[in-house]
Amino acid sequence: MSNMLLEAKELHTYYGASHILHGIDFHIRQGEGIALMGRNGMGKTTLIKSMLGIVRPRHGRILVRGDDFTRAPTYRTVQRGIAYVPEGRGIFPNLSVRENLQMAARAGVDGQREWTFDRVMATFPRLGERINNGGWQLSGGEQQMLTIGRALMTNPDLLILDEATEGLAPLIALEIWRIVKEIRKTGIATMIVDKNHSAVTSICDRAMILVKGEVVFDGSSEQVREDPGLIQKHLGV
Amino acid sequence: MDFASFLIQTLNSLQYGLLLFLVASGLTLVFGIMGIINLAHGSFYMIGAYLAFVLASLTGNLFAAIALGIPLALLFGAFLEWALFSHLYKRDHLEQVLLTYGLILIFEEVRSLLVGDEVHGVDIPAVFSASIQLSEVLSYPVYRLVISAVCIVLAVALYFVIQRTRLGMMIRAGNHDRVMVEALGININMIYRVVFALGVALAALAGMLAAPISSVFPNMGSHVLIISFVIVVIGGIGSVWGALVAALVIGFADTFGKVLVPELSGMVVYLVMAAVLLWRPEGIFKKG
Repeated sequence: MSNMLLEAKELHTYYGASHILHGIDFHIRQGEGIALMGRNGMGKTTLIKSMLGIVRPRHGRILVRGDDFTRAPTYRTVQRGIAYVPEGRGIFPNLSVRENLQMAARAGVDGQREWTFDRVMATFPRLGERINNGGWQLSGGEQQMLTIGRALMTNPDLLILDEATEGLAPLIALEIWRIVKEIRKTGIATMIVDKNHSAVTSICDRAMILVKGEVVFDGSSEQVREDPGLIQKHLGV
Repeated sequence: MDFASFLIQTLNSLQYGLLLFLVASGLTLVFGIMGIINLAHGSFYMIGAYLAFVLASLTGNLFAAIALGIPLALLFGAFLEWALFSHLYKRDHLEQVLLTYGLILIFEEVRSLLVGDEVHGVDIPAVFSASIQLSEVLSYPVYRLVISAVCIVLAVALYFVIQRTRLGMMIRAGNHDRVMVEALGININMIYRVVFALGVALAALAGMLAAPISSVFPNMGSHVLIISFVIVVIGGIGSVWGALVAALVIGFADTFGKVLVPELSGMVVYLVMAAVLLWRPEGIFKKG
């Protein structure tokens, strides 16, 4: 049994008539960190949503820990140890901070309960000050801390962060990166989408670049950092 | 109006409002969380009343009828959600209205075939058949107080489930963003089934409790349905607390309207709705 967590094979996804993903192959192993890069509209979010079953790919297969989850409902796929922090965060504004965390709590795939309510509180002291506030009362940075904390409450083996620091003030973004690095150290695999190329490539060891729904680069983050041409060509605006 | 009759009207308002709350709470949850306009919701009230009539005739006891009727209603609700309503979530309101209006016709036809079209009475259980003397000529039936008490207990229980349990958190979260709830590993379809079955059971229980005081008759669900939609709109779609407040407002407006301005009695409820909507177009409590 390999240590493969999540795989996509030959994924083709459409929104109506528009063909978004053109046969994407993807894989992430236990403990690995992947920076998913590409300009807006290149299919990064669609790839994530396709693998989680939020959007249904028209062709291709999705494997979770080697088992076929292509047609599985989203909740079954993520129950195999995947936590998803979507673009725009997706907190529940009508629930308190405490409730946002409590509702998501569950043991991991191997029954591990390392991420308890108390540990999440210790990781995000700011949330502790806001514990009884409604989700709608939080600032953008606090919301992002809450969604990451909520994701950790599911004791995941893979954390997917889409647009991790979008719309956050630079200092708050730094704080988020610091926390993500902490989380990486615990051995949780991470897949991160963000505009800040130097931050994501320093946190993740692997990088993948999408252009128009195709993978144009899949290699080490070091290569991306050391090849300005690559960034200029595929990521520059 | 002397004090005794004022007291009686107040108790009647409370009892009527609380009973409406049982019906409206399920309607607002199903509308708010699943986005379904269920015109057949009033039929569950009718079905509950007929269940009380049939089961009470068989067992000779309204309590036994209710004890049997509630699990039947839950099962019926879960079955309907699985067989029909679960296919409606991604459809537009017109298709929902077509299916649920069709269900009203089917439920009424089946009711007619099975039980007939006569008006039936259901006996008040002997333990609660007494009345409390309020003045020399006025008295208040104990059974109506019992209805109010049962409704209050259920409202508190519903509050507890929705505000204090994880299931309640998931229901409220689903009210806001169902995709995100599912992306956290929660089987949102199962939550929908539970909520729908609960809504059916509450409406049916309202019908069972009301059967002895309103009697049991064809189409008895249609008036309750319309008033329940008024309550949902006034209270704010998806808000159980809004439904409670709005149901009490409607209970008082309707009851006192009939006494104080009998010539306008049919309109009072709708005038209240119009006034609330002018003041707060999204209802007293916003979605949430």
